[in-house]
Amino acid sequence: MPVHQNLPHESAWLHVTGTAKYTADLPEPRELLYAWPVMSPHTHAEVLSIDFAAALERPGVVHILTAADVTGQNNTGPVRHDEPLFPHEVMYHSQAVAWVLAESEQVAQAATHLVQVEYRVLPAIVGIRAALEQNSFHNPQPLKIVRSGVYGGVDLALEQAECSLEGELELGGQDHFYLETHASQAMLDEDGAMMVQCSTQHPSETQTIVAEVLGWSRNRVAVQCLRMGGGFGGKETQANAFAAIAALGAVKTGRPVRVRLTRHLDMLLTGKRHPFLARYRVGFSKTGQLEALKVDLFGDAGWSLDLSEAIVSRAMFHIDNCYFVPALEVAGYICKTNVTSHTAFRGFGGPQGMLVIEEILGQVSRALKLRPEQVRQQNFYQVNHSTHYGQPLDEVRIGRIWNELLESSDFVARQKLLEGFNGSHPFFRRGIAITPVKFGISFTTTFLNQAGALVLIYADGSVQVNHGGTEMGQGLHTKMQQVAAHTLGISTQNVRIMPTRTDKVPNTSATAASSGTDLNGMAVQNACATLLERLSEVAARMFGQMFGASVHPQDIRFAGDLVGALGRLETFSWQQVVSQAYLSRVSLSSTGYFRTPEIHYDKVLGRGNPFRYFAWGAAVSEVQLDILTGMWTLERVDILHDCGNSLNPMLDVGQLEGGFVQGMGWLTMEELVWDDSGKLKTFAPSTYKIPTLAEIPTDFRVNLLTHAFEPKVILGSKAVGEPPLMLAISVREALRDALSSLGNGAVHFASPATPERLFWAAEGVKNPEKERALEGITAD
Amino acid sequence: MAEKVPVTLTINGIETHSSVEARTLLVHYLREDLGLTGTHVGCDTSQCGACTVQLDGMAVKSCTMFAVQASGSSVTTIEGIGSVEKMHPLQTGFWEMHGLQCGFCTPGMIMSTIDLLERNPNPTDDQIRHALEGNFCRCTGYHNILRAVHYAADLMSASSAPEVLSADD
Repeated sequence: MPVHQNLPHESAWLHVTGTAKYTADLPEPRELLYAWPVMSPHTHAEVLSIDFAAALERPGVVHILTAADVTGQNNTGPVRHDEPLFPHEVMYHSQAVAWVLAESEQVAQAATHLVQVEYRVLPAIVGIRAALEQNSFHNPQPLKIVRSGVYGGVDLALEQAECSLEGELELGGQDHFYLETHASQAMLDEDGAMMVQCSTQHPSETQTIVAEVLGWSRNRVAVQCLRMGGGFGGKETQANAFAAIAALGAVKTGRPVRVRLTRHLDMLLTGKRHPFLARYRVGFSKTGQLEALKVDLFGDAGWSLDLSEAIVSRAMFHIDNCYFVPALEVAGYICKTNVTSHTAFRGFGGPQGMLVIEEILGQVSRALKLRPEQVRQQNFYQVNHSTHYGQPLDEVRIGRIWNELLESSDFVARQKLLEGFNGSHPFFRRGIAITPVKFGISFTTTFLNQAGALVLIYADGSVQVNHGGTEMGQGLHTKMQQVAAHTLGISTQNVRIMPTRTDKVPNTSATAASSGTDLNGMAVQNACATLLERLSEVAARMFGQMFGASVHPQDIRFAGDLVGALGRLETFSWQQVVSQAYLSRVSLSSTGYFRTPEIHYDKVLGRGNPFRYFAWGAAVSEVQLDILTGMWTLERVDILHDCGNSLNPMLDVGQLEGGFVQGMGWLTMEELVWDDSGKLKTFAPSTYKIPTLAEIPTDFRVNLLTHAFEPKVILGSKAVGEPPLMLAISVREALRDALSSLGNGAVHFASPATPERLFWAAEGVKNPEKERALEGITAD
Repeated sequence: MAEKVPVTLTINGIETHSSVEARTLLVHYLREDLGLTGTHVGCDTSQCGACTVQLDGMAVKSCTMFAVQASGSSVTTIEGIGSVEKMHPLQTGFWEMHGLQCGFCTPGMIMSTIDLLERNPNPTDDQIRHALEGNFCRCTGYHNILRAVHYAADLMSASSAPEVLSADD
């Protein structure tokens, strides 16, 4: 059985020997040119003139790309056409206004200083609060989802609740910090068509944008993505502009052009996870039962819309996490500011929404002096509840996960031990928390939920699989290899996954929304099923001719590289049947297609079933905090997560561990800082701290939920890409628990919970008066 | 064009002579002049460790030094420690234990670990954490990297003389 078992990553043997190729590793074609951006020193400014005569005189400089070179549309906006490739109005600090093409990267970079750009500086809006003050939004009206509840309105329910709390939470963004920075290489084919190699999660959209910028039809542009050195959402739309620069340069000069961003450029030029501000009012009973919630979510979208509407929507969809809130109103605002255009990042707004409700439950528990895990559990959804946007929950797995994890992590006993520890130590405090995850699977933009595949069987029995998904390390290609091998009944060694190309599978969706395996797996399975139908007829005839047996094609079975028939002992080899099919003039290639059924959403009404299903999980984290410095260590983490009947447990556990640590980075150490003028100050790993081996849990126990078959998904599995990121909210809540032991003051800290913030939070808990006095000098 | 300087290096056991601009970094020389693209550039600023190679038996970040500084030395890159047919135990370990996802950090991670295991054939978790702190991975959460290192250490101590194809072979 090639599925439901541990199979190492399909390219691992290439990675460990250094032979796997990323876009910037491709052999340099003859006459390759390198591109470097001319970047604005202003955050918001009008471009009055660009004089590049001096730069052109520099030996090795070949051309300066400007708006004048654009033969199609000077725009790369993926959803709304609001992203000029060469801007007349600079919208964020360091934005590229022109690109130098030269014989080497060094020459191109040096020549950018010779390009004279005249600007008229305009006032800039930096940060969500500034956007609110100046009423700067991408949409005139906020998005809204309202469940009125039985009391006749959320406001009324809030008034009637026994207790209520008001609060605000500021939460920071996150740089993707994929290890491979953005890279694109474009060259003209012999017939003048465009071939683009690109590190992109969405080759079809890259193809579309390149075609639009060139003013060509899409059939003259092919995009290939061999693999990415990490994506995490940061290459869903952000690669398009760089591919367009490379392609435009290739057309203009007739020479191949490569764009590779250095880490500095990548961090300065590309969008990140959206920072959010949340303002809430929650009503609840004295026993901790949620009764009503009203939340305004403000997402910092940056200068252009990009995917921000869908991202803010997903934050709104996930404001409930696992909890039934009888009356709930959530509004989503898409703030327009002068920073990079914030974009998809693992979770896609979901983490921000869920962090807000977990913050609220943390505060509610503290206010009522109840244990947070009890308050969380008693508010869980039950089967047949529906979400605030009206999607019925036909299955709720969180209860089972919660109980199993409390038990396996020995939660209660450890919590008692911690109380003893905290009572005895002068400056270390320990905390423990368990938090749940419910994550909706599907693109909430319904039409994106489709996928295609192309499966080729060669006459020797070997198989090539093309599908629309891209490989960024998550193991999608491995799973597609497993699905194809399983469906065809052959070993995985016989199946080769081809690089993702737009000339093999057209009109694909981004590899995103955790849905790569769900969608492409079904398409691959569909293509294989078509081929098996044809091969079954061939095999049935072979049984007749060779053994005089009358076998119905429906009774042919494919397994273990053999082809047999129900009720017959004889078998043919897979290769024999394929070879006979070829000789009998039977087509050995097929496309496959899938669209997710039964999903729909009306964004005006805020109602529908946007998700095919939900992924569930929970995590327990235990921390030790040094209240003298705000430094802390992660002592132990236990995770129990629902991957359905996992196609490949080893890959899925890898996603859980990686997602958790990435989420922990977002919530505790990765801090983006823009100065008042709008320049990003944290544009290198020297100032932007991602988790290293030093920070991972000392004791890390990760398990998949058993007996978790999901009938709606490919071979009973479930999506795994994004959901585990939000398991890391348990770390933040464990830090809150550690702080709670210090005194009776409120526990307030913005996200990320850096040591500095934790130090001030500790001071605040010990001495609420002092916290107020210090407010002026805290970073929050 | 700037003046070129001669550089002589033994790369993966093979002596190479060429001339480079004095400012050429070792990593660029390896990747662009010699086509050894298994050594990656992740941060351009000597922090992520993706460009780690062995220089005279010590792990160095090849973006921290000029090619001419390395002249006269012996350099081993990921391509030089084993092949698909005959893998170094660490290559087997990262493969078998799923110590990689996107794979971009893997060559540097393996080259740093070789250094560690030569100094300390049976490191504890804490020692591995300390030794590999300068190698970033954004995908795995590092846990399987720990497992891969232990796996390789066990494999190497089981066979008394670990076979490393180095410059001296």
